[in-house]
Amino acid sequence: MFNLFKYSSPASFYPLAGRLAVGFGIASAILLVIGLYMSFFVAPTDYKQGEGYRIMFIHVPAAWMSMWIYVVMACFAAAGMIWNTRLSSMMASSLAPTGAMFTFIALWTGALWGKPMWGAWWVWDARLTSELILLFLYVGFMALESAIDDPRRAARASGLLALVGVINVPIIYYSVQWWNTLHQGSSIKVVDGGIESSMSEIMLWTLLVMTFACWFYAVAVSLSRVRSTILERESGTAWVKTLLKGEQA
Amino acid sequence: MLSTLRCIVMRDLTLAMRHRSDVLTTVFFFIIVVSLFPLGVGPDAALLKEMAAGVVWVAALLASMLSLTRLFADDYNDGTLEQLMLVPQPLSLIVLGKVLAHWIISGLPLVLMSPLLGLQFGLEGDELIMLMVTLLIGTPVLSLLGAIGAALTLGLRGGGVLVSLLVLPLYIPVLIFGAGAVTASAAGMGADGHLSLMGAILLLALVLAPWASAAALRISVE
Repeated sequence: MFNLFKYSSPASFYPLAGRLAVGFGIASAILLVIGLYMSFFVAPTDYKQGEGYRIMFIHVPAAWMSMWIYVVMACFAAAGMIWNTRLSSMMASSLAPTGAMFTFIALWTGALWGKPMWGAWWVWDARLTSELILLFLYVGFMALESAIDDPRRAARASGLLALVGVINVPIIYYSVQWWNTLHQGSSIKVVDGGIESSMSEIMLWTLLVMTFACWFYAVAVSLSRVRSTILERESGTAWVKTLLKGEQA
Repeated sequence: MLSTLRCIVMRDLTLAMRHRSDVLTTVFFFIIVVSLFPLGVGPDAALLKEMAAGVVWVAALLASMLSLTRLFADDYNDGTLEQLMLVPQPLSLIVLGKVLAHWIISGLPLVLMSPLLGLQFGLEGDELIMLMVTLLIGTPVLSLLGAIGAALTLGLRGGGVLVSLLVLPLYIPVLIFGAGAVTASAAGMGADGHLSLMGAILLLALVLAPWASAAALRISVE
């Protein structure tokens, strides 16, 4: 059987992460070029929303990634708690900045899209609000981690917070949704679902390509970030010293 | 089990009674925050009545959070917490006792004060009762969830600000259903759904939060 636990040791994961990061980085760059070309030149102009709808090609993947990365982060945090593997918590903490960045991109592009479509930069829609709360959760995770000096305690404390957060995410999401329908303040609805069903095939393909570009980017960036973390935390060990000597020579 | 719980609760209550000003600070903070809103948005009675529930609830959230840092900090500083963790009874039970005491000290006074503040905002009869009931169900949740944040930030520099960053996003569902129940009953829609959901959140928090706080304490005190 393939021994997964072999790569739970930072020393054997470090070179693998390097190779994977390069691979995913290249794949992401290629997909991004194809995706951007498709979203600007191939995908037809939307009959209702005009050219502005093209923001969707970065907005939707970013929103998906922001949620998905939180789940992956919580899974790594759980693995770190269960098996007490150092690498899992390092992975969790290197995913957080990327997740926060995608959350921010989703909010930012959403605002840019909302202004021409709805006439407002921001509406207290259920999706926007829960995305904003997700950003708070990411910020809380990173703030807790950076406030604790001892890396072991930082990893375990932030891991616990990620788990508490992931239990709360569905509760928060549904409460925000019900709050929104109860208040019914705005008559504007996010029509992503509407676009989805009526979307032409080429738009769907563009969206898919862009999603994979973002996904691979997230993998590549967090792997290269985890490599730096490994070097920093393991700087006292023999294998890092030989590695650094080899690079200097 | 129950005697341990009672022992912890009585101990924390006695300690709080020796430092009565701490308790009063929380209550006065609550009153001041609520009083700031009319000064900020103007004395328009209709507007104030509409936002009363939200204002009281947000102030309750902040007041409950303000007192969180004291939940474990004193025991941590004088070493009592370490002794408590060595006790054969489960740590989550001890945490539950401390949370219960924290609620009696900082949550219950808010519940009792809320009708008075509601009156100032022009709420009447049923709405006042509803405000009290929602706070009665909701404030224990605030203490329970807050305990996780307090345990995680134990002994950190800037722990007070950090705890707000960790805990406030988790308070959002309680805020929504709590303030929503009052608004719904004022609009004559009935608030049974809101209250049931708050009860569900309370039960969930009652089961999971002491356990998570105990885990967090073990991480913080090593």
